[in-house]
Amino acid sequence: MKKVFKLQDLDCANCARKMEEAIAKLDGVESVSINFMMQKMTITADDARFDEILKNAEKAIKRVDSACCIVK
Amino acid sequence: MSNKYKKMWIRIAFSAIILGIAVLLQIRGIFALPVFLVAYAVIGWDVLWRAVRNIAHGQMFDENFLMALATVGAFLTGKYPEAVAVMLFYQVGELFQSYAVGRSRKSIAALMDINPEWANLEADGQIVQVSPDEVEVGSVIVIRAGEKIPLDGIVLEGVSMIDTAALTGESLPRSVAPGDAVVSGCINKSGLLRVKTEKCYEDSTVARILELVENSAEKKAKAERFITRFARWYTPAVVGAAILLAVIPPLFMGGVWNEWIHRALIFLVVSCPCALVISVPLSFFGGIGAASKKGILIKGGNYLEALAKADTVVFDKTGTLTTGSFIVSEIWPCGGFTEEKLLEAAALAESISTHPISAALRNVYKMPIDPGRIGSASEIAGYGVRAVVDGAEILAGNARLMAENGLKIPDTDDEGTCVHVAVAGKYAGCIILADEEKANAQKAITMLREQGTRKIVMLTGDSQAAAEVLSRHLGVYEIYSKLLPADKVAHVERLMAEPGKDGNLVFVGDGINDAPVLARCDVGIAMGAMGSDAAIEAADIVLMDDDPAKVAHAIDISRRTMRIVHQNIVFAIAIKVLVMVLGALGISGMWEAVFADVGVSVIAILNAMRALNMGIRRKE
Repeated sequence: MKKVFKLQDLDCANCARKMEEAIAKLDGVESVSINFMMQKMTITADDARFDEILKNAEKAIKRVDSACCIVK
Repeated sequence: MSNKYKKMWIRIAFSAIILGIAVLLQIRGIFALPVFLVAYAVIGWDVLWRAVRNIAHGQMFDENFLMALATVGAFLTGKYPEAVAVMLFYQVGELFQSYAVGRSRKSIAALMDINPEWANLEADGQIVQVSPDEVEVGSVIVIRAGEKIPLDGIVLEGVSMIDTAALTGESLPRSVAPGDAVVSGCINKSGLLRVKTEKCYEDSTVARILELVENSAEKKAKAERFITRFARWYTPAVVGAAILLAVIPPLFMGGVWNEWIHRALIFLVVSCPCALVISVPLSFFGGIGAASKKGILIKGGNYLEALAKADTVVFDKTGTLTTGSFIVSEIWPCGGFTEEKLLEAAALAESISTHPISAALRNVYKMPIDPGRIGSASEIAGYGVRAVVDGAEILAGNARLMAENGLKIPDTDDEGTCVHVAVAGKYAGCIILADEEKANAQKAITMLREQGTRKIVMLTGDSQAAAEVLSRHLGVYEIYSKLLPADKVAHVERLMAEPGKDGNLVFVGDGINDAPVLARCDVGIAMGAMGSDAAIEAADIVLMDDDPAKVAHAIDISRRTMRIVHQNIVFAIAIKVLVMVLGALGISGMWEAVFADVGVSVIAILNAMRALNMGIRRKE
């Protein structure tokens, strides 16, 4: 399943890159792309575990910048 | 947003004033540290706080952490004013950067402003304003003058001029009348239109374009991937170098600890690759945005990059360099058939085909076509059609079709496309059609030549004679005619493997029948995509209107975007390396380092924004 989320308070481009790298390594994530300019994350992941994967993705984002969060 | 900026300006001003007074009064001794610490805390508390928080999360090479380390280091080595000034300068730079990013976001949002906000739905004789995605296919909507057309559909009632500029870049409005198709994203300029919707919002042209442009960032160019890889090792490498610089000279070369730690701190300040990480994708986005303003949709940064390296452009003839609408120029019956009979047979048989020839025949035939008269029928791609009409088998197509079926045809050397017709195994004559050249076809070829395109080739399924006439007029010297769709792929493959070719091969087609070629070439461009899903699907780059000159415009935009990308990469890396070298030698200080960090970012962002704002060079 491919979904697009808005990211709030994504303030630095290098952080976006780090988040993208960290999320791509997560189990079950097929592909992820974070668009710093549009403040958007496009994630393709395993359908059955999507919610769980999204939670892990949010954790990975927080680890890079704790102020940034996914708008659901 | 503006509130956030205001607060930041107040902090900057406050801290700057304290710093200024402290430096002017030359405060020394026990008062010095507290005064500078206050100025530092005002400007840098959030950086310190974020640094601490991110360390807790295991983010070692975080920008905040590095700035905190550099300035705290400056304090520890006794350089109080410098510590405050550096933090101040950094925050000003961050603020400018934030402004620049905010501005670019706004420009991009303005670009995306083709999205209709509402639709006036006609229901039970009343008009209700609803969101476009609530309108079902087949509903009737009303579009008033000045409103955006929310969904693709067919005009039921009303005559108006519509402005397609947001989609095609074409400034001349187009007139529409009942029966015409209208496309979402255009603006209704004058009259009231009643439109029956043909697509739901997600499938409408405007939604597809927005999706395409927004998703283009996902298809990364090589330059972007290089930056990502570079960023991955750059920060650790610079931090490693900083540690070595701080430790080795004092330990082994008798250096002064304070001095070398200070030089190492300079490295930490320039260790963020931000300028590159922001500006390179932004340049691509800008280039794609600028192109889409002209009605050129580029599906990803990778295609933009590939297009910039184009050295061979291959055009399909029909629908690309010519309008694709044929005009019947001559009818040559033979074997006892009359003109009318020949035309009738051809028109009925060809009526099953979507080929433009079929439309031309029907135009001349003028009588309504009764589908009941047509029995089994099939289209043979590259040959023609075979249909049973009134119980007799009709073959209509090119000379190859006749030859395959053992029919002898008279020699024709007429310049045009020839449809041969055979009825019940007997040759009935042929109909000559001429294809109209597009208004901008010649200009397109001239512009490509001027850009230094090494080779321009034309492929066509048409006769050699028809191809030659057109190519002579356009100035295309390499033509291949009488090609089947599969032959076109073979020709493109051969051209791609040709020695001497060091760039990419661009194929330009109309998206109908040429999907295999569009997929095979380096960069596939489909044109005339307003409302055509097939073209949008098949190509890497889509021209919304029919103008072949846009091919040259697209190449121009891609080259200029790539120039900006390269400028930013070289500029940012050069300044950083320079500051590091000078810093290691003790020539440049913290100031230059902060400039190399945030200053370079701001400049690179501003440079990247040029990509978005570039118009098309006027060259008539």
